[in-house]
Amino acid sequence: MQITCPHCGPRAQAEFVYERTVDSVVPLDATPEEAMKTLFTRNNPRGVDEEIWRHTFGCRAWMVITRHRVTNEITAIRAVGPEAIP
Amino acid sequence: MINFTFDGKAYQAQAGDTLAAALLRNGIGLVGRSFKYHRPRGIMTAGVEEPNALVTVGEGGRTEPNTRATDVFVYEGLVARSQNRWPSLSLDFGAILGLAAPIFSAGFYYKTFFGSAKRWMFYEYFIRKAAGLGDAPSEADPDHYSQRAAFCDVLVVGAGPAGLQAALEAAEAGKRVILVEQDSILGPSLIRDPQKLDAAWIEAIAARIRAAGGRILTRTTASGYWEHDLVTLTQRISEPGQVPADSVAQRLWHVRAGQVILATGSIERPMAFAHNDRPGVMLSQAVRTYVQRFGVTPGKRVVIATNNDDAYKTAHALQDAGAEIVAIIDARPAPAGADNGFPVHNDAVPLSTKGARHCLKSVSAQVGGVTKSWDADLLAVSGGFTPVVHLHMQAGGTLDWNEAAQAFVPAKSRQNVTTIGGAANPDPVFTVTPASNPKKSFIDFQNDVTLADVDLAWAEGYRSVEHLKRYTTLGMATDQGKLSNMAALGRLAEKQGVAIPEAGLTTFRPPYTPVTMGLFAGSGAKDGGAHIRRLALYDVHAAKNPIWQPLGYWFRPRAYPANGETMQQSSRREARTVRTSVGMTDVSTLAKFEISGPDAAAFLETVCATTVNKLAVGRGRYTFMLREDGFVFDDGTVWRLDENRYLLTSSTGGADRMATLLSYVRQYLCPQLRVSAVNVQEHYAGIAVAGPQAKAALTALIGEEPPRHMSTVPATIAGVPVIVLAASYSGERAFEIYVEASHATPVWAACETEVSAHGGCLFGMDAMDFLRIEKGHLVVGTEVDGRLTPQDLGLDKMLNKAGGFIGASGLSRTAFSEPGRRQLVGLEAIEGTIAEGAMLITREGETPQGHVTAAGIRVMEGGSIALGQLEGGFERHGEELIATSPTRGQKARIRVVQPHFYDSAGERYRD
Repeated sequence: MQITCPHCGPRAQAEFVYERTVDSVVPLDATPEEAMKTLFTRNNPRGVDEEIWRHTFGCRAWMVITRHRVTNEITAIRAVGPEAIP
Repeated sequence: MINFTFDGKAYQAQAGDTLAAALLRNGIGLVGRSFKYHRPRGIMTAGVEEPNALVTVGEGGRTEPNTRATDVFVYEGLVARSQNRWPSLSLDFGAILGLAAPIFSAGFYYKTFFGSAKRWMFYEYFIRKAAGLGDAPSEADPDHYSQRAAFCDVLVVGAGPAGLQAALEAAEAGKRVILVEQDSILGPSLIRDPQKLDAAWIEAIAARIRAAGGRILTRTTASGYWEHDLVTLTQRISEPGQVPADSVAQRLWHVRAGQVILATGSIERPMAFAHNDRPGVMLSQAVRTYVQRFGVTPGKRVVIATNNDDAYKTAHALQDAGAEIVAIIDARPAPAGADNGFPVHNDAVPLSTKGARHCLKSVSAQVGGVTKSWDADLLAVSGGFTPVVHLHMQAGGTLDWNEAAQAFVPAKSRQNVTTIGGAANPDPVFTVTPASNPKKSFIDFQNDVTLADVDLAWAEGYRSVEHLKRYTTLGMATDQGKLSNMAALGRLAEKQGVAIPEAGLTTFRPPYTPVTMGLFAGSGAKDGGAHIRRLALYDVHAAKNPIWQPLGYWFRPRAYPANGETMQQSSRREARTVRTSVGMTDVSTLAKFEISGPDAAAFLETVCATTVNKLAVGRGRYTFMLREDGFVFDDGTVWRLDENRYLLTSSTGGADRMATLLSYVRQYLCPQLRVSAVNVQEHYAGIAVAGPQAKAALTALIGEEPPRHMSTVPATIAGVPVIVLAASYSGERAFEIYVEASHATPVWAACETEVSAHGGCLFGMDAMDFLRIEKGHLVVGTEVDGRLTPQDLGLDKMLNKAGGFIGASGLSRTAFSEPGRRQLVGLEAIEGTIAEGAMLITREGETPQGHVTAAGIRVMEGGSIALGQLEGGFERHGEELIATSPTRGQKARIRVVQPHFYDSAGERYRD
């Protein structure tokens, strides 16, 4: 794939590491039930999903990528982190 | 003339010959033996789809097995050998298997799984010996493989007339163009069929493409189409087995294209009839290629079997070359076009061939219900054309069924790719239903699959094309079914009573043609591709000639044997020196992070499961981290260097994932925290000094009273600023000295002088392991293996009661408090020596209830001790068990004890 890093522009997928889906993030204040549900009974859509990637072999910034998991079409990429807080 | 050898005999080829052309030129018809039945096989095609003429090329480390004779161009000194035959190609004992063919039908080896295992073992021995292709080379490949990234606006695959034209138009429109052709020449199909467009036309077009800035790569195969229009090209710079001129044998290109144009043409199909695999049976276009391009006429008396017009071009070419056309067997009912003077038989399908090992002798056919036969030494077959849609399909495209051509053609594309030329518009054909004995009618030549095998799979209930493929192995050879898939689909559809498109297709996977492994490894082929990372103090250690041990990315000294000591003796001496006076070791590889900012403590309390914010400046403490599901993830120490500045250490092996975790928390989970987390793992070198004399040595080194246990001070050693931490892993009074890595050598030297002066020595990782096992200190990766909770490891008293850290919500799961969980225990031997990794059992033959995570010795007294995980271990102290390691052949009677064996009160590391 070709991924457009919000900080570096279009780069080869080899520079990035997939980390997890957005819906797998356990909030720090989650109840045990919520935490277990988030970790172990997640969606696995055959379609669009929001994923957390990191430009590990580039600027190392994290980002959220909206990707179609069959066609790999990327419809949105958003920066995260302290720098992205308005 | 070019000299080459085949099976040890010398021959001559002409410039530009493929090995197949050169073999035909020398009258060699028998080239190989088939995979399963060892049937004699010759050359069937003139391209990469060749299923039969597989040879081993080259010698030593350059040996390449299973090379298609049609896809290697002869060079001076080429050495080729036939495969899968013993003792020789013409006298092959394996051919006896052919007589037993009824036994080796589809799914034969699956059927051997039924019944006793011994039966399969018996068959396996013979199957492995008899079936197969060439042998893999045993020597290392001496050549280099390079990789290159490239970008272009338009990538054109295939330099036939359509591809050349497309590349020319794009290049002259100012676009960056790459044109690739797997053959050694451009426009091979124009050379095969020279009509209005000839070699001069090709050269003129190529010159214009180059003049417009286009790049043309021959002997280059577009082997894979990946996401977002990334196409991998495999470029042959030298031929298989050839010594490369500039040491680079092949190059792998990663081309990111704005647009891809596929002009990949089509592959001619064989027909299914009995003994259609005999040497002397060739595809019609291949015959024409040998005649027109290479000037070799593969036969004198020729029968042509066809269902289309294209084969008539072959008849003309052969006639012009002086061969006699004995008969044209045309499946179509009506005479095709005007009288061409050939003996054409309409409504005719081939039935069988006869011949000897090396050659064809006669061909029979069914002509309008009557069987006829002709003497012939060559049968040219054309069963229609299969468009090469592999790249289109790899790119996620769909196919349409072209009824007139009886072929799948590209339909929708998911990426920016279009298919043009023959691959999009194959010639029309007439459908032929095979009429002869299915048992000898081969469809997958390379894997010896016949029509009868498809029928058998169907009869045994295999309905899906994917199941058919796996059961019969059809399409699974190195040619990946380029010739066979359509024939099999036709038969399957016939059985199902449906049209071919409804029977379905198997997946097209890269690579299009086989790729040598060296290409993927590229320049990283040596040393497993891993970069060597060296400790800052590498030279200092190397001068002492230690025994090295890999740890994380690094090598660390395992022991420093002196005066002919064994490693065991040395490690024991080093550990005892630490217990009795003082020792020092390099701990530079530990993960280290500097956490600073107003919210540094809050950040650390998110990552760590222990409290941090009560830590006074200049103090430190042990800490551990959890995964989100509550299991222990890593451990280390945290030190408050300043009001808002902390140093966090954690395990060497977990350094990367810890760095990722810190980054995740800072950037994703808690971006509101005002904190920076900098990885200083290799910024600092670390030296640990431990033992009863450590305090005296440190006092001398820093010129003041060293910090008390779990405290830190900045100091200067040998004029270099350092951070001194008082922490003990060995159980003795101990210090860790952190120094900027580039200034570590003088600090190490000063420490070594002072340690020696106090009767100490260097110690390696083995000694450190003995010391920490005796103290029951954890190692991430052994005791902390991702399956134990803080409770299981006895760490729960240290948990931050306020919660709010990663993994806190996982801790209250009921499973974590159920009885029978594995828990950390100490083990001491009553009889025998405990082996690392040994299983813990109550009696022989029982299910293991735990295992030994680390085995060591009592450093001073001797005696085998260990740490382990044991079901319900906390409640079982005093119980006797067996620690058995069948792999090491070691067994010991043991007693379960507390997981610390030395100074339980911790008096030795405090002042």
